[in-house]
Amino acid sequence: MAETIRTSKPRFTASPGWQLTKYTLYALLLCGVLLMLLGFITERFNVGATSTTAVNFADNTITLSLTSEPPQMDSTRATDMVSGMLLGHIMEGLIRYGPENEILPGVAESWEMGELAGTFHLRKNAYWSNGTPVTAHDFVFAWQTALNPATASQYAFVLYPIKNGKAINIGEASLDALGAKAIDDHTLRVELEQPTPYFIKLLAFFTYLPINREFYESRDGNYGTNARDMIYNGPFLMSRWVHDKDVRLERNDLYWNNEETKLDAIEFGYITPDPNTALNLFATGKIVLAGLNAENIERALTERWRIETHSDGSVFYLGFNHREERPTSNKNLRKAIQQVCDPEELVFKVLKTPGNIPGESIFPVWLRGVEGYFRDEFPAPEHKRDVASAEDYLRKALDELGLDEPPSLVFLTGDSAFSAKHAEYYQSMLKEKLGIEIKIDKQIFKQRLAKMTSGEYDIVAAGWGPDYDDVLTFGDLFTSWNANNRGLFRNEELDRQVEIAQQSSDPKTRMEAMNQVQYILYEEAAIIFEYERGSVYVFDDRVKGLTRRSVGTDPDYTRAYINSEVDG
Amino acid sequence: MTRYITMRLLQGIITVWFIATATFWVMHSIPGDPLADEKALTPEIRANLEAKMGLDKHEFVQYWIFLGNMLRGDFGWSFEHENRRVNDIIAEQFPVSATLGILAIVFAGLGGILWGALTALYRNKWPDVIIIILVILGISVPSFVFATVGQLGIVTLNKTFGIDIPVAGWGTVWHMLIPSLVLGLGTMAFLTRLMRTSMLEIVNADYIRTARSKGVPVAKIFARHQLRNAILPVLTVLGPSIAGITTGGFVVENVFGIPGLGKYFVTAVQQSDYGVIMGTTVFYGAFLVLMVIIVDLLYAVVDPRVRLNK
Repeated sequence: MAETIRTSKPRFTASPGWQLTKYTLYALLLCGVLLMLLGFITERFNVGATSTTAVNFADNTITLSLTSEPPQMDSTRATDMVSGMLLGHIMEGLIRYGPENEILPGVAESWEMGELAGTFHLRKNAYWSNGTPVTAHDFVFAWQTALNPATASQYAFVLYPIKNGKAINIGEASLDALGAKAIDDHTLRVELEQPTPYFIKLLAFFTYLPINREFYESRDGNYGTNARDMIYNGPFLMSRWVHDKDVRLERNDLYWNNEETKLDAIEFGYITPDPNTALNLFATGKIVLAGLNAENIERALTERWRIETHSDGSVFYLGFNHREERPTSNKNLRKAIQQVCDPEELVFKVLKTPGNIPGESIFPVWLRGVEGYFRDEFPAPEHKRDVASAEDYLRKALDELGLDEPPSLVFLTGDSAFSAKHAEYYQSMLKEKLGIEIKIDKQIFKQRLAKMTSGEYDIVAAGWGPDYDDVLTFGDLFTSWNANNRGLFRNEELDRQVEIAQQSSDPKTRMEAMNQVQYILYEEAAIIFEYERGSVYVFDDRVKGLTRRSVGTDPDYTRAYINSEVDG
Repeated sequence: MTRYITMRLLQGIITVWFIATATFWVMHSIPGDPLADEKALTPEIRANLEAKMGLDKHEFVQYWIFLGNMLRGDFGWSFEHENRRVNDIIAEQFPVSATLGILAIVFAGLGGILWGALTALYRNKWPDVIIIILVILGISVPSFVFATVGQLGIVTLNKTFGIDIPVAGWGTVWHMLIPSLVLGLGTMAFLTRLMRTSMLEIVNADYIRTARSKGVPVAKIFARHQLRNAILPVLTVLGPSIAGITTGGFVVENVFGIPGLGKYFVTAVQQSDYGVIMGTTVFYGAFLVLMVIIVDLLYAVVDPRVRLNK
């Protein structure tokens, strides 16, 4: 009855180890089957394939990545760069910018613009992608929609120069009161609230793009939510949009200037905010352009990729809190800090990435002046680090503030590695030069804004990107009525100069007023100019004709083409 | 059994309601303004926006409206991704996260059990030592390091062998392999440690000794008695982890450019995107509650001592 008791060591095949090995094999098999199954299902449901090469010669297509899913493709409500960039490819306003930022006719063939009114003659061969003509009514409808309080467009203010624009937006006038009327299908008459010398330049901005009323209303509130929920009048049309995954633009055959379009399609095949991922995609030949930052630029250098730079248009500065209860409301304290700051040191020794320009003014170097560049015509205030005068200012400040030693200041900044490095530079520099203690307050984006608005800081790392191509987009930042003046800087002379620039239509008068503004900001040390940001990127040199801009659609691929001379 | 399940589901619904309510009030009380953006809004434009999003109403009214909509399964529009409904975001992005997550959880579960069993079997011998070191690494190294290293690994592999494994994106089986491994790694390490402890506790249990003295073959004791019993605690943890992993990983999705749901959990809170916060939280909460119930039911299958109809 009793089994024989085994005394010898069991054979391996009867050991737990063997049992485990068997299980492992089962597990691997299971994983393999599951992987195949899920892969199969995903491939079945995959809409359009993720493109496999950066430059596709056969299909005349290039592939790129986006840093985020476009949050808003309804042009009346869009606010962000990614949506703006895509809209610049698939839509066209009355005018468009050329490669050198010159104004080119868009839907408007020609126009007469007076001081307070203008007439636009629309071309008859401009069509929507569903074949209906683009008419003056489409512009009136889009502008009325953007200004309609019910739309709640954040960028409605861009349309305020049009007569009654603001009144409509705040609910004090009906939509019909708008100073933009379709005389007939191809003639648009625009009246302005007050002289706005830069009005023509505004017309390329996305809030000014046309929308076809019939189509818009047929989507029942879903206009702009999917590729099929839009119609297009730009050089490209959106043929596919898989949310969070990819966007495909294809040549729009109905576009009036279709022969200028060289590419047959632009595939935004990847959506990732991670610059390292973009660089890896570039390295493996999947995309034609990848932005670089201070961390991964080294890799681009060692790989000997062609590195390009361009000014992204924005200026960065340290904003002071001018509220009375804060020590930074003391002008001498601000001057002391200003005098020890050295934008060149910051740009070349701390930030180090190429492309940044040391900041000397609130107005970046690319802005136009009377005839040439503003900054050539009106040089920025001269600044040189001067520790001795800084110490003088500090002594006076301490006297006025009734302090024995320098106050400690709160430096509000973002939560990125870059922000930390930047803030730490000022922390050690101000400690060393002036003995001022800096407490760094790192906050995520929304919290930083909340603290900026409520005034819980002394110094804040801030920046500004242009909305339109005119000095005023920077010039009016520190007026008493601008909600972006979160540090509450107040200066009557500055307000007055800005009003001059807003109301005058004489370029010289306007630019001279703006020159006063850059001097006031410096003399009062309202802010400290830091740098004009340059963006650094690697680009596939098989693709030509890319336009980078400081303001407007950027990057602009509408005229890009594949150089067929180089073999892929 | 039916009664038990009904009771548990009812409790689950109350839990979800509680989660939703707590999230709603916490969300409204933390600093951060859903309408704040780099460009400040004029008071008039802000008023238009508040009216449109219903933010001008009293918070209790907002809560009431939210509850009504939630009952109808509607979470409204996202504030940040203004042209998308929260329901669409979940419906379109969750399947992607779930696919990746199922793979990850299977890797993690099977891997954890097998590695754990292996370490227990060879306790204090070299396989044990090596695996435990790896486990500590797996638990302590943050996932963005693995994700970044994993991606660089793909780049290097491609270069060395002239192959073409995608470094990012979604759509084929090749897009899943590395991201799901990275996603499951932390859980795998954690489960390995749990499994090892659990195995070692059981090795001296009475029933093991009885089985031994009965003369049951070692391999059979290992498989039938030790392994099966040791899996119980792993199962307990696995349920909630499934909810956690299949709803997506922020880091893995960002790094590998995967169109999943995970990033919405994080970015919505940072951006005070009320609709998305509520939608994702309620969705996740309901999913989690469901997984816990399923695990409890599975106990009855795995452990003969557990009976459900008390």
